[in-house]
Amino acid sequence: MQQSNTYIITFSVILTVVLGLLLSGTAQLLGPRQQEAIALDKKKQILGAVVSSEEIASMTPQEVNSYYSSHIGATVVDINGKEVTEKNGVAVSAENVDVAKNYKLPAEDRLYPVFIYHEEGDDSKVKSYILPLYGAGLWDAIWGYLALDTDMNTIGGITLSHAGETPGLGARITTPEVQSRFSGKEIYDESGELVGVQMQKGEGKDYSSEPHKIDGMSGATITGTGVNNMVKNYLGHYKAYIESKKSSQAVAAL
Amino acid sequence: MSAETLEKAIEKKPAEALLSKRRKKLVTDPLVDENPITIQVLGICSALAVTTQMKPTLVMAISVIFVIAMSNFVISLMRNTIPGRVRIIVQLAVVATLVTLVNEVLKAFAYDMYKELSVFVGLIITNCIVMGRLEAFALGNKPYDSVLDGLGSALGYSWIILTVAFFRELWGSGSVFGIPVFDTVSGIFGPDFKLATNGLMVSPVGAFIILGLIIWVQRTKTGYVEH
Repeated sequence: MQQSNTYIITFSVILTVVLGLLLSGTAQLLGPRQQEAIALDKKKQILGAVVSSEEIASMTPQEVNSYYSSHIGATVVDINGKEVTEKNGVAVSAENVDVAKNYKLPAEDRLYPVFIYHEEGDDSKVKSYILPLYGAGLWDAIWGYLALDTDMNTIGGITLSHAGETPGLGARITTPEVQSRFSGKEIYDESGELVGVQMQKGEGKDYSSEPHKIDGMSGATITGTGVNNMVKNYLGHYKAYIESKKSSQAVAAL
Repeated sequence: MSAETLEKAIEKKPAEALLSKRRKKLVTDPLVDENPITIQVLGICSALAVTTQMKPTLVMAISVIFVIAMSNFVISLMRNTIPGRVRIIVQLAVVATLVTLVNEVLKAFAYDMYKELSVFVGLIITNCIVMGRLEAFALGNKPYDSVLDGLGSALGYSWIILTVAFFRELWGSGSVFGIPVFDTVSGIFGPDFKLATNGLMVSPVGAFIILGLIIWVQRTKTGYVEH
């Protein structure tokens, strides 16, 4: 049957309004739960840099939250390694700093959160410093958290996530198998220069005696390069903070 | 297809049993004889993409069952009011809404799944099975029949992708639903015995091969020939 144009337009408008209301209603209703889920996921990622993935997988959301609050402290620094407590009159906290949004600012204007992993309930006994990372993979954004041991040199662990890397190739950066290759590597060379770590081209070689080289991912060299650049950039941005911690530890050790 | 649906509409009697023979056929036909994947060759893209592991595949299957059954229901309810000239966009709007709902629910209640599947869930909109059932069935049949028809097609789709996922996960990752099988089996036969996984199965090529084998077996049994 052929309907008049008025009918078609009225029908479309009503349909649009009804579906629109339905969707916005759902978004409103589920919004708080989604925010919780996102916050929990972020905590899991941060913890993932220092706790094994099996251990995290076995925790309930409540356990993750309580483990996080009893083991993780946080601070925000600027490019010079100075602690930042407010920006433009608004108080900042590490949990609320959106690393992806800050990534769009020039490096010297960004806020750099640091998550400090310490012994249960005692934030003076620091075990490692967890630094957020953000960069570009092959197709889309990649991000992660890098844990540095208290010597500010050895990598304790890393978690990597991605928005759209190729499944089975670049997307492997999320697997514990690839992430574990970073553990124990060092970011300073013998002369004290900050050199970071590089994923190599090709896969299956043994780099256990080379502290700055990491076995690559076959078929995902560009994602690997993205990870390298990301780690290098952010270690550079955090350099002032890392050095300050290093020197303060050297003083403490005396 | 259209002649068939027309015929069904005519032979309808008042007070038909809730699960009459004809209605049962609506659900069971698409499982094997009219299977959307192996016979109609629809929805192949997602069958290749999501089937590396059982768990995401199961979530995907449930999502597709929900979307197809619900969109069939809604479109069938509106079938006499939908203007013929804009019916495709109306269908699309309904399907897109349902898919967004699924996505939002996953995001709220199963965030890990959401991260893994979000791209594919969004692509349910383009799954030809959904629009195909709406055009071929829901526009010309009553709501209850349409829901059954949608369930049938969605279940036909689901069991195929779950089967593909079973073999791909078993051979590609050596596990089923994330439970390691190969390692356990290897353990029984002593330390020297090791079952190797095949990387090919993790890539979409593996899905093509498994799907081809399923279609082969099925057509040998049913004697189906493409005309």
